[in-house]
Amino acid sequence: MNERLKLIVSSSPHVHSPDSIPRVMWTVVAMLVPATLVSVYFFGLPALLTVALSMIGCVVVEALLAKLFKKPIVIRDGAAAVTGILLALNLPANAPWWMILIGCVVAIGLGKMVYGGLGQNIFNPALVARVFLLISFPVQMTSWPAPKPLLGSAATDAVTAATPLGMVKEAAMLGKPIGSLDLPGWTDMAVGYMGGSLGEISAIALLLGALFLLYKGYITWHTPVSFIGSVVVLGQVFHWINPDLYPSGSFHLVAGGLLLGALFMATDMVTSPITGKGQLIFGLGCGVITVVIRLWGGYPEGVSFAILLMNAFVPIIDRYTVPKKFGFTPPEKGEEEAA
Amino acid sequence: MIGRMFRGGVHPPEKKLSADVPVKPLPVPEQVIVPLSMHIGAPAKPVVQGGDEVKLGQLIAESSGFVSANIHSPVSGVVRTIEPRDHPLGRKLPCFVIDNDGKDDAVEFTPLGDWPTAEPKALIEAIHAAGIVGMGGATFPTHVKLSPPPQFPIDTVIANGVECEPYLTSDHRLMLEHPDRVLEGLRIVMRVLGLDKGFIGIEQNKPDAIALMREKVADHPGVEVLALPVRYPQGAEKQLIYAATKREIPSGGLPMNVGCLVQNVGTLAAIRDAVVEGKPLVERIVTVTGEAVAQPVNLLVRLGTPIRLLIEAAGGATVPTAKVISGGPMMGLAQYTDQTPVIKGSSGLLVLGPEQAPVIEAGPCIRCGACVRGCPMGLQPTELARLVQNDDFAAAEAWGVLDCIECGSCAFGCPAHIKLVHWIRFGKAEVMARRKKG
Repeated sequence: MNERLKLIVSSSPHVHSPDSIPRVMWTVVAMLVPATLVSVYFFGLPALLTVALSMIGCVVVEALLAKLFKKPIVIRDGAAAVTGILLALNLPANAPWWMILIGCVVAIGLGKMVYGGLGQNIFNPALVARVFLLISFPVQMTSWPAPKPLLGSAATDAVTAATPLGMVKEAAMLGKPIGSLDLPGWTDMAVGYMGGSLGEISAIALLLGALFLLYKGYITWHTPVSFIGSVVVLGQVFHWINPDLYPSGSFHLVAGGLLLGALFMATDMVTSPITGKGQLIFGLGCGVITVVIRLWGGYPEGVSFAILLMNAFVPIIDRYTVPKKFGFTPPEKGEEEAA
Repeated sequence: MIGRMFRGGVHPPEKKLSADVPVKPLPVPEQVIVPLSMHIGAPAKPVVQGGDEVKLGQLIAESSGFVSANIHSPVSGVVRTIEPRDHPLGRKLPCFVIDNDGKDDAVEFTPLGDWPTAEPKALIEAIHAAGIVGMGGATFPTHVKLSPPPQFPIDTVIANGVECEPYLTSDHRLMLEHPDRVLEGLRIVMRVLGLDKGFIGIEQNKPDAIALMREKVADHPGVEVLALPVRYPQGAEKQLIYAATKREIPSGGLPMNVGCLVQNVGTLAAIRDAVVEGKPLVERIVTVTGEAVAQPVNLLVRLGTPIRLLIEAAGGATVPTAKVISGGPMMGLAQYTDQTPVIKGSSGLLVLGPEQAPVIEAGPCIRCGACVRGCPMGLQPTELARLVQNDDFAAAEAWGVLDCIECGSCAFGCPAHIKLVHWIRFGKAEVMARRKKG
């Protein structure tokens, strides 16, 4: 052998699964496309512009901040794009451009970069921005454009529409029974034909995207099942107690941001517990807080607050849900452990 | 099956490129490099020196302590010198350098005779004399393993034909081509331990080996073939015992703590040769494979053969820059030179191009939990790596860093490409060093 073979030396393992951070992140973005398309169908071009501006905004803000902090610019990893699309999906379709940009700065800056970048943040960046905007600009954040499908005629000529949860909350405050309200039908809500944030309206589109993430193993079933399950069950229990005051479990399921939150926001890897057991507890906490806010809180919707509050509990949940190590099961039938 | 599937694990692409290639002997080289350490434990003590003539199979170094092993000359010829040479472990260690005279002039082997009536002690002595160590890669001296202290009675022996590492096929070919040797070796071990029950564990991706071994054990009602689900690391000792018996080796313990003993099928064949033919361990089957060799093969190789010759026998490397790995892709050791020799634990030689084994810079942990789900020991690799990076070795120990079996399942699946095993290995070494210091 005249030509010597050059050798690469590194520690084992020497092979790797095809998964990578960019692959995970861009897959999440792709799986939010169905929900985005539904919102374009119902809200038209403004929805598309909101999504585009938010994604570009988040990526640009991250690049600028990384430069400012003298950190490597890693925008191609797709994490900023995920934050951008999630933020957009949490906004009304006609959100003003300046508000979207403020949202981008808050999400990436306060939500992520101040903690040290990807993987270090405690709270879901998109939700930090959404709640910031909701508190700062309540009018713009709660005037929802009425859905007008691209095909067929709109149900009303109205320009704005209340969200179903908003209608229920108002009725509760005025002492009107829920039965007297003109709520959209359940099928309409499941498809997305209702007022609401861009991405939360279509339960079916969200479910489709999430199922693929589940299949790829990028999310697990634990958080969605316990989050959605606890909201539906708890909601239904109160509905049985007082159907005039409290809407049904199936209404809770499709009316607001539950599916967007439970499938795509609460499952954020960085800000949720690391084990399945921890995720079950996390989801349950999210569900209970969501119902409490929806039924008795000052806001009609509680998903964002619930997830952010539970984000804060993740370290302590992780601490108490450490998996059982192999080799620590005591021998059966009281056999003496051989040391 | 009494046992059950372990938790965790991963399923890397199996890539058994050489599964259908029959074993053929590699021509014996002109010179062999035989390390004094081809086993775990104390290096063997030379009994010949530079200038001495040796015969094939002649004892050239004897075990020098309770955990040590004999070494025999793999060729006939002249010992040129004993000096430090490149060892597969990644540093220079004392080795015999023996010039081969090409005659393969062997010492006379003395078989034990009728082993089914032999005393266990005599069998263990024959195994000790033959220099047999665990050939799955761990290289623990077999005679020590077969002599457990009396307070740990063994009731179950398992032949390990799982071969869960991707690419490797040496155990698979051995079971297909020499099933009787494997089975006889297992029966010898059962005789040593006074057992009438034994298992042969094989992964379901080797249906031909499973069928053949089942056929062979038909005459031996005490031996059962376990067809195990294909999941890495099914062949790790703890996971295999769990699969066969549902017994969990306690943390820090050994198989004997749960009355079990595991032997690689290659070791069993060597045990049989030692007892039935009186043959010492001087050669083994090595899979030479990977996308970066022209023709993946299974070779019967004399110990001490430089791996450069094995790569040539597989048609040479097809890329200018490659990773040459002694062992499998999950746990093998990347070699820094192609001059290192084949030793008793060399089950495979894997040559991967930059495409199959890219070196990717680690990103930040995104807490996805893939490592936690993948860990067959129930550990939290990302947490362990973080603690080790922060020099918090006491906490790393409390989180079970020493329980890590370094199987690589965590790092395999990590989307951030964090070198989890590397950090954990460093942490283990630090914890052990601190313990020694007291």
